[in-house]
Amino acid sequence: MVMTEIPTKVIYERPEAFDPRVTHYCPGCTHGVAHRLVAEVLGEMGEIGNTIGVASVGCSVFSYNYFNIDFVEAAHGRAPAMATGIKRVLPERMVFTYQGDGDLASIGMGEIVGAASRGELLTVIFINNATYGMTGGQMAPTTLPGQVTSSSPTGRDVSRQGHPIQTAELLSTLAGSAYVVRRSLHNAREVRRAKKAIRTAFEVQKHGLGFSLVELLSTCPTNWGMSPVEARDWVEERMLTYYPLGDYKVSPSVAELKV
Amino acid sequence: MAKELIKGNTAVAEAALRAGLEAYFGYPITPQTELLEHLSGRMPELGRPFVQAESELGAINMVYGAACTGKRVMTSSSSPGVSLMMEGLSYIAGTEVPAVFVDVVRGGPGLGNIAPAQGDYNQIVHGGGHGDYHVIVLAPASVQEAVDLTGLAFDLAEEYRAIVCIMLDGSLGQMMEPAEIPPMQPLKTEIPDWAVRGTNGGEKRVLTSINLDPPAQEKMNYRLMTRWQTIEANEVRYKGYYLDDADFVVVGFGTAGRISLSAVRAAREKGIKVGLLRPITLAPFPKEILDELTGKVEGFLVVEMNAGQMLEDVRLEVRGRVPVEFFGRMGGVVPFPDEVLAEIERLVEGPLTTDGHPRDRWLARMADTLG
Repeated sequence: MVMTEIPTKVIYERPEAFDPRVTHYCPGCTHGVAHRLVAEVLGEMGEIGNTIGVASVGCSVFSYNYFNIDFVEAAHGRAPAMATGIKRVLPERMVFTYQGDGDLASIGMGEIVGAASRGELLTVIFINNATYGMTGGQMAPTTLPGQVTSSSPTGRDVSRQGHPIQTAELLSTLAGSAYVVRRSLHNAREVRRAKKAIRTAFEVQKHGLGFSLVELLSTCPTNWGMSPVEARDWVEERMLTYYPLGDYKVSPSVAELKV
Repeated sequence: MAKELIKGNTAVAEAALRAGLEAYFGYPITPQTELLEHLSGRMPELGRPFVQAESELGAINMVYGAACTGKRVMTSSSSPGVSLMMEGLSYIAGTEVPAVFVDVVRGGPGLGNIAPAQGDYNQIVHGGGHGDYHVIVLAPASVQEAVDLTGLAFDLAEEYRAIVCIMLDGSLGQMMEPAEIPPMQPLKTEIPDWAVRGTNGGEKRVLTSINLDPPAQEKMNYRLMTRWQTIEANEVRYKGYYLDDADFVVVGFGTAGRISLSAVRAAREKGIKVGLLRPITLAPFPKEILDELTGKVEGFLVVEMNAGQMLEDVRLEVRGRVPVEFFGRMGGVVPFPDEVLAEIERLVEGPLTTDGHPRDRWLARMADTLG
């Protein structure tokens, strides 16, 4: 019998920066996708050993368990301040925060605006899933008009409960922001575009060009009361109209970057 | 180094810088602002980070982040700003990273005013932030002492992975006095094992205050409390004046202690055998000396610029064995030595009692002027 060697090529493997343990995230949640993209980018850039992550409060509170990276865990909303402290004393390190919408756009709005306006050399990965996930699906600053949550049981009434915050648009107005974009994780094409944006954001930091933030539209099937597939469709049909994908701030020096 | 005439806030800022302060994060608030202003010029001159934060919340969390890298860092504020920092202080305590902050205390509650006060005693000494933890609290009574305690604050913070507060009454922050500031120290080069810095191919480090497993959290609490016992055993500091033959002892810290010393000296000139115990560490509290004095004296007078906050700690130690009386001024009013002298004379004349609460008697006496 003749043995034929079949050449093999690895086309998909766990990124070096990604811990092999099982995450605590619900089935269909896109946190895992966002984590993986960050891990891939830091590996491709050769920055795994040179990076410090700042976890926040929310579903991603334990995100530090899933990265083979030095990490700290911030108080609710304060990740950009904590990251500022780290980056200022260790300017050669890559420092990023990983924050949800309740953390960043509600309780932490002061800290994120402060960091962006100072042009802190930080990268912010911002997960917008239109709800408070960890506490069980309450109305978030990003909850859409009419959206039913456990604390807006008849649907968000903007006359009583205010309007959703468009974070990327808001932060793009600040002079310290160098790169502020919105991407989505609801299909393969958008995931690839999201990865490219995350890479650009970290390159912006590496080159000292200013504050960078990637807002990622994400799913929360558990708290939305949907199947993962329905949740992806809901992002496409409902979220994209209120939160258009796009590049909200690309400073001239960032535009010249070759990624 | 020669003495120079220098404002308390500026002196503490310069002393911190010379003690190897590697980063400062703060927010303007009276009567603390000169501390921030001084460092806003000096830190960049030396190539060290200085950030005027968006708020005290921002400032304390910048300190938290920078402290996680093992660097010497600090912030400073005044009472309302320190209230905002309580959240961050609890997290810093829960993560066991060293940090120093200065509270230049003003009159309260609420916005209150910008006059000197000691109303933050309970908030700083007995916690303030959530959860079980202690802060080492240093209370100077002069600009020179504030300078000397600043260097100590960093050493204690690092030795015990603890938070150290330098509590300056607003008067000490604003007052100019001759003081000698120690020479510039080199920045420390050692990075503690626990500090985050990037794995650089090695084991990863995580610094967090979350511990979802109650028995594991309890172990952490136990570690904090036994460490505090060590601090209580090793780090009590106080100054005694005329205690050897004293029949009566005044207890006061910071500015109130200093004013009381003038009153005690005036009383001594009148032949009254009175001494002064001035706690320098409000936490750990000087319990042993109080216990020892309780066995020797006829009574205590506690003097504070608040409504009797340290008074409760004194009473806990005296435990009703001898009478304790109280005199305080509140809301930014500073007592005069004459007022304290009058209280000492009242104490000596008696009659004294161990019944009731000294605060009630004091409030009744104050009714004529404040009621």
